[in-house]
Amino acid sequence: MENAGTGREAPLLEARNITKYFGAITALDGVNFHLSRGEVLGVVGDNGAGKSTLMKILSGLYVPSEGQIVFDGRPVRFSSPRDARNAGIEMVYQDLALAGNMTIFENIYLGREPGQKFLGLSVVDQKRSREMAQEHLDRLKIHVKSVDQLVEELSGGQQQAVAIARATAFDARVVIMDEPTAALAIKEVGKVLDLISGLKDHGVSIILISHRMDDVFYVCDRVMALFHGRNFADAPLKDTNRNEVIGWIMGTKGHSEAVAHDQVR
Amino acid sequence: MGSKALLLRYLDRFGIIIVVLLMIAVLTYLEPQYFLTFRNFSNILKQIAENAMLSLGMLLVILTAGIDLSVGSVLALAMMCLVMADIVGGWPWWIVVFIGPLVGIAAGLFNGFGLTLLRLPHPFIMTLGTLFAMRGLTNLISGGVPYSGLSDPVRFLGSAQIPLSFLGPGATLPVSAIVVAIAYIGISLFLRRAAVGRHIYAVGGNPNAARVSGINVDRVLLLVYALCGFFAGMGGLLTAGRTNSGFPLAGQGAELDAIAAVIIGGASFFGGRGTVLGVLGGVFIMGLLRNGLNLQNVSPFWQQLLIGFIIILAVWIDVLRRRAAVRT
Ligand SMILES: Nc1ncnc2c1ncn2[C@@H]1O[C@H](COP(=O)(O)OP(=O)(O)OP(=O)(O)O)[C@@H](O)[C@H]1O
Ligand SMILES: [Mg+2]
Repeated sequence: MENAGTGREAPLLEARNITKYFGAITALDGVNFHLSRGEVLGVVGDNGAGKSTLMKILSGLYVPSEGQIVFDGRPVRFSSPRDARNAGIEMVYQDLALAGNMTIFENIYLGREPGQKFLGLSVVDQKRSREMAQEHLDRLKIHVKSVDQLVEELSGGQQQAVAIARATAFDARVVIMDEPTAALAIKEVGKVLDLISGLKDHGVSIILISHRMDDVFYVCDRVMALFHGRNFADAPLKDTNRNEVIGWIMGTKGHSEAVAHDQVR
Repeated sequence: MGSKALLLRYLDRFGIIIVVLLMIAVLTYLEPQYFLTFRNFSNILKQIAENAMLSLGMLLVILTAGIDLSVGSVLALAMMCLVMADIVGGWPWWIVVFIGPLVGIAAGLFNGFGLTLLRLPHPFIMTLGTLFAMRGLTNLISGGVPYSGLSDPVRFLGSAQIPLSFLGPGATLPVSAIVVAIAYIGISLFLRRAAVGRHIYAVGGNPNAARVSGINVDRVLLLVYALCGFFAGMGGLLTAGRTNSGFPLAGQGAELDAIAAVIIGGASFFGGRGTVLGVLGGVFIMGLLRNGLNLQNVSPFWQQLLIGFIIILAVWIDVLRRRAAVRT
């Protein structure tokens, strides 16, 4: 057990010196990352800055080319999303990764269906699965007509909610959300953000990737910026402001207020 | 809106039964003496058994957004292997009956490994290769000539009939129909209840979602192609029994019949959608059509033409149905 020597509590999830190559492309270059217990961290950066890649490494979808991940004080190696999930790290992907041809309750438990073995085959207990899904959705205050609806029949916001429900169905400790509000109508954005606040109240640590400053400043405790695959800036929310963060996204620090203002969409 | 959606869903699931019943009604009207006899139904059941086997395997593959073009060749290879083991090798029947399905599984695994290990771009290509390779192998081991005269126990599944004379003259239940029934009920339960069965739908619906949900997509694909091969091998066993022979040209073009039955049965070519009941309907529609047209002395050329249009019609109905579903 080595300790950095700072007075702070050790972070729940930490990544050191992460580098990721895709062939000739360097998507991440020596990135450091940390997330505390119960914290909501906003991750910002321009398109292609490497946000999704970093998150996919933390959630086990990609293996880093270099660097180390430490979870709950222990070095870990995730070689698949299943490993990360078993450790308690869940991700809501940018494209949601839902099976539209299947029902809400099946999506929530996909790959982790409750059931029992029968002749060596795992048989899904669909009745229990339905009930568990309904209870879980109620707990999250997500309203759907029926858990038997096909996911492709839902609105974007409802699909996002299902993806979040799936990520939180098994006592997740860290939930990573990749631009959960990007594809939503305004009135659905609020619901998703409230969902995130709700998770935080349940003690879940959350990483939120977003291009929307409203999202970041509504739910986050801290914000970190990536630029061209490197750490660029990192600050508690109370020590920064929208224009500064927008400047970070564009790769400028300090004197950028005027420039930033023109770029606000 | 809710009830309309519900109605659509029921039509989606059971509409095909209505089509089959309609066909039976029309054919009965056209051929009142003979069509609706038990003898004729025994015949129809015998005739559809092979296509039923191949189509069931094809459904599994198409559910994952794949395709298996090799089933006809695999049927022939399995058939030839078991026939030669029986006739030339004189092996005991209780080994011979397993040869067909085992050869089928091996060929299916060959397809599956080609897809997952070699990462060949599309199952079309891998199974097209297998289509040629297995046909070549069939000709090589048989020298290109047919063999006939199987031992009785080997023929049992494909040719035995359980007499049901209390139902009328010539009424029998082919054992092959029982084999088909067991396979269909088994796969239907498997697809609806087993976790792996649901994973097959997930892989077809969104392979990415399946992967990040911790589903081993490659393993699902291997299983699916192995099962498809297994059913092709069963088809080989049934055909060998029914014809009392093994011939290297068996099953030529049978993959197209199987694909047709699956598509007529409402499965989506893009994966993730399709039911065992639908495929059974598709198999019956094709079987009834052939039987009815034969009874009417319609030439096989016209039959081909008709089946072609029915495939197009079935997919078009599917398109309309989907469009209607989107509007609700
Ligand atoms: N699978 C991949 N193969 C090759 N290059 C990749 C792959 N995934 C990401 N990249 C590249 O890595 C870089 C970082 O991509 P990433 O998706 O992490 O960016 P991002 O910050 O999430 O951007 P966005 O805001 O557009 O989602 C980009 O240059 C991208 O093209
Ligand atoms: Mg991204």
